[in-house]
Amino acid sequence: MPAVLIDDVYKRFGELEVLKGVSLSVEPGQVVALIGRSGSGKSTLLRCINGLEAINAGRIEVAGHVVDQDPKKLRELRKDVGIVFQSYNLFPHLTVGQNIMLSPRITQNVPTAQAESLAREVLAQVGLSEKFDSYPDNLSGGQQQRVAIARSLAMRPKVMLFDEVTSALDPELTGEVLLVMEKLAEAGMTMLLVTHEMAFARNVASTTVFMHQGKIWESGTSKEVFANPQTPELRNFVSAGAK
Amino acid sequence: MLFQDVVSRWPMILNGVMLTIGLSFVAIGLGIVLATLMSAWRSLAGAWAGYIVDAYVELMRNTPFLVQLFMIFFGLPQIGIRMNGLEASLLAMTLNLAAYATEIIRAGVDSIHKSQVEAGLALALSRRQVFQYVILQPAFARVWPALSSQFVLMMLASSICSFVSVQELSGTAAIIEADTFRSFETYIVVTVVYLLLALTLKLFLNWLGHKIFPQVSGLARLDAKAEAA
Repeated sequence: MPAVLIDDVYKRFGELEVLKGVSLSVEPGQVVALIGRSGSGKSTLLRCINGLEAINAGRIEVAGHVVDQDPKKLRELRKDVGIVFQSYNLFPHLTVGQNIMLSPRITQNVPTAQAESLAREVLAQVGLSEKFDSYPDNLSGGQQQRVAIARSLAMRPKVMLFDEVTSALDPELTGEVLLVMEKLAEAGMTMLLVTHEMAFARNVASTTVFMHQGKIWESGTSKEVFANPQTPELRNFVSAGAK
Repeated sequence: MLFQDVVSRWPMILNGVMLTIGLSFVAIGLGIVLATLMSAWRSLAGAWAGYIVDAYVELMRNTPFLVQLFMIFFGLPQIGIRMNGLEASLLAMTLNLAAYATEIIRAGVDSIHKSQVEAGLALALSRRQVFQYVILQPAFARVWPALSSQFVLMMLASSICSFVSVQELSGTAAIIEADTFRSFETYIVVTVVYLLLALTLKLFLNWLGHKIFPQVSGLARLDAKAEAA
């Protein structure tokens, strides 16, 4: 059974049709990169997968849940599907440790001591063990993003979504975040990522999906897609990115 | 000028001060709780809850405190709800403060970026949990200075409760004035005491704000960063 199944999904914002019949299937352990110009619908597609945006038509299944706007079902789904945002979105009034422990404690009733050891474990995984008691404001952008990844991992998700997670970072800080994601991919996490890091998509993602005008324009193994683009749109996009 | 007649009645003045402080603290405490509940209700329950809270806030903010107090003390007994001056004062102060505080807290809640709510929802929190754990504390931290001034204003407005024979500081002043005929001296002393009370309360609330919201400065820096971006 696929970890993510997207079937003929349509999404409109008012008059603007953002997704026009998108279908995609992601197997467990697969790493899929979504690439494309701004406005091509890739971030919207990602946000539809965990129900942050409601779809207008079609069907999405993820980690055994059907995406439905019923709040209770959405909460169950979101326990299994993590998302990391471009702007980190850590809670500024909580320490790093509290940021990570919040959801396990209140949505999964994990006892405090156990939540703390879980938090320390995921922090170690992103290489930030010593920041447990720091406030987000005292961390660099790269560190904040790694904490955001750790916060998602603490939910023990089956699928992870990454929405342009390095776009807000200074170039010298993107490496540390990409490295964490690469390790996650190696460990077998099912991942969908919207990215502008073409090198990362080519090297880490097994599959690359090129979106254009709200549709999946072209997709295939990352090697194929980058080495041998079939459509002129993708050829333009890839060569523009290479410059 | 003869301050002696007034100052020699310091035990009375002290009693008045204690009652003013007591009334203010209880009204502030209950007012915050009520305002927080109304803010939560407005944010979480549908549009109707919002209209009801808005109507309440507008009613209380656009009528004089004296009239609200008289309504409770003189008006309600006619429909069978009786209370003494102290109870009526506490109720009026709490209801009045809650309305102003609700409006201030609303500004704080509105200032929290949508992305914080999304992050909470994405972590499987319910809307109520997002309000409670993600929104409330930063919202309070942002508006704490505004809330603090409102608390000081309420403490000063408690002087109106002397109209329903509560002998807080102003009520005490009226008695001393009647006893001594030293109006000028009496109100000089009372003015100084109110001034000291207000300044002390303000300092205390500042200190409390830094204590409860240690990351207030961090939030300010985040705002600055967001503006720069």
